[in-house]
Amino acid sequence: MTLLLFAQIVLTLFVFVMLLNSAAVMVYVERKVAAYLQQRLGPYRVGWQGVLQPLADIIKLLFKEELRPKAADAFLFALAPIIAATCAFAAFAVVPFGAETTLGGWLPEGLRLQVADVNVAVLVVFAIASMSVYGIVLAGWSSNSKYSLLGGLRSSAQMISYELSYGLALASVLLLGESMSLTEIVNQQSGAWYGFIPRWFAFVQPVGFLIYMIAGVAETNRAPFDFPEAEQELVAGYHTEYSSMKFAMFFLAEYVNMVTVSAVATDLFLGGWHGPFLPESLGWIWFLVKVGAILFFYVWMRWTLPRYRYDQLMLFGWKVLLPVAVINLLVTAAAVLYFGL
Amino acid sequence: MLFYVFAAVAVISSLLVIAQRNPIYSVLLLIASFGALSGLYVLLDAPFVAVIQIIVYAGAIMVLFLFVVMLLNAPHEETEYDERVHPLMHPATMRFGAFLAVVLIVELVWALTRAGSDSTAFPDAVSSVKVIGVLLFTEYSFPFEVTSVLILVAMVGAVVLARREAR
Repeated sequence: MTLLLFAQIVLTLFVFVMLLNSAAVMVYVERKVAAYLQQRLGPYRVGWQGVLQPLADIIKLLFKEELRPKAADAFLFALAPIIAATCAFAAFAVVPFGAETTLGGWLPEGLRLQVADVNVAVLVVFAIASMSVYGIVLAGWSSNSKYSLLGGLRSSAQMISYELSYGLALASVLLLGESMSLTEIVNQQSGAWYGFIPRWFAFVQPVGFLIYMIAGVAETNRAPFDFPEAEQELVAGYHTEYSSMKFAMFFLAEYVNMVTVSAVATDLFLGGWHGPFLPESLGWIWFLVKVGAILFFYVWMRWTLPRYRYDQLMLFGWKVLLPVAVINLLVTAAAVLYFGL
Repeated sequence: MLFYVFAAVAVISSLLVIAQRNPIYSVLLLIASFGALSGLYVLLDAPFVAVIQIIVYAGAIMVLFLFVVMLLNAPHEETEYDERVHPLMHPATMRFGAFLAVVLIVELVWALTRAGSDSTAFPDAVSSVKVIGVLLFTEYSFPFEVTSVLILVAMVGAVVLARREAR
């Protein structure tokens, strides 16, 4: 086994573990930020400032009794959380999070900080996002409960509606980057205009960035678009009947999806690991900072904005977001064609 | 080696699609079959086609299928004939289906014997997004446009049917 292959395997495992950790960190951040936004203290008893709270949560979830409704479809009931979690992790596989590195001369060749370098990475992310609908829909259906079913149906309708705008926002970046490889797209955003404005696609493509962020919230089923689990109407939506680790899988999937959406946004719009002050080999720090900022924004938004009404969501998705995304794509295409941006 | 894995998954899940009584399982097996097909495209060095396969078929179309099946809450398929009798022994509507199956098999055999070594003729062509795009909008622009009109007709048809029922 060559050293490079070994490094690649270690990297893959590392990414997997870090994604798991990111979910734990996000649980803590979510609870703390929510608490401070509501002038509370949040968890502070388990460990210093409550940092061990996620661990306590995990232990609690592990030891809870596992229930399955009698009328549920046993196989699909077990399959749904697996699909949800698998899709969440799979999408991150094509996301690059740092420049090529030799780990300080350790490796004979450069190692890309990315699990799999696929030349159609952007589309892979989109494809896996579209597959993750199944986890939620199947969970809703197989539970055989009206709340779950309604949650699942709402979710599929919502994700299908917003997927279109999401895809069109991605396409407008593809036009600018003239590539479907995320690494390529990130490398095109290195440097700065006039020496101080970073060459981020977010500045060339502000509308696309906005659409991506909005659709990203809808795709991850977060507030203000958290209809699949609108607790006042649907108890807990598609995972009403789930308990213990099966519930934890959905929970995990939601946070990992958030991380993936933020990481893709960073790569596509915010210049990935490129940033001032730090050498290229430490670019992953910039990457973490940017992803962290977007994640904080997500949490901030969740605890600031009230939930939309369902018809408003559909109206907004189809009559505002989609037309804007289409126009944005056409304008971008025309600009690239005639001005060669 | 991988080819046989994907091929086996595709064939077996496709067979199970029609062998299933529960429509939800049929839909899911069809998705599995599409996934295996997409794996085959990757083996053919056509990642773009593979991903499009997932996005369009497994991601978009099958979600709608599942949506409809769930909304209608389609029951386990009822059979109109006596289940104890072997289907092939049942003459009623089965004959036409059998005839179609024979035609399909003949066509398949014909196509397979004709295909042969052509499959390696343009591996580069399908791998590049640009090449696909250019081919689609130049050489194949007529079939492409006709297909889109066909889909539009189907959409209009569906709307007309749905409206008539509502009245």
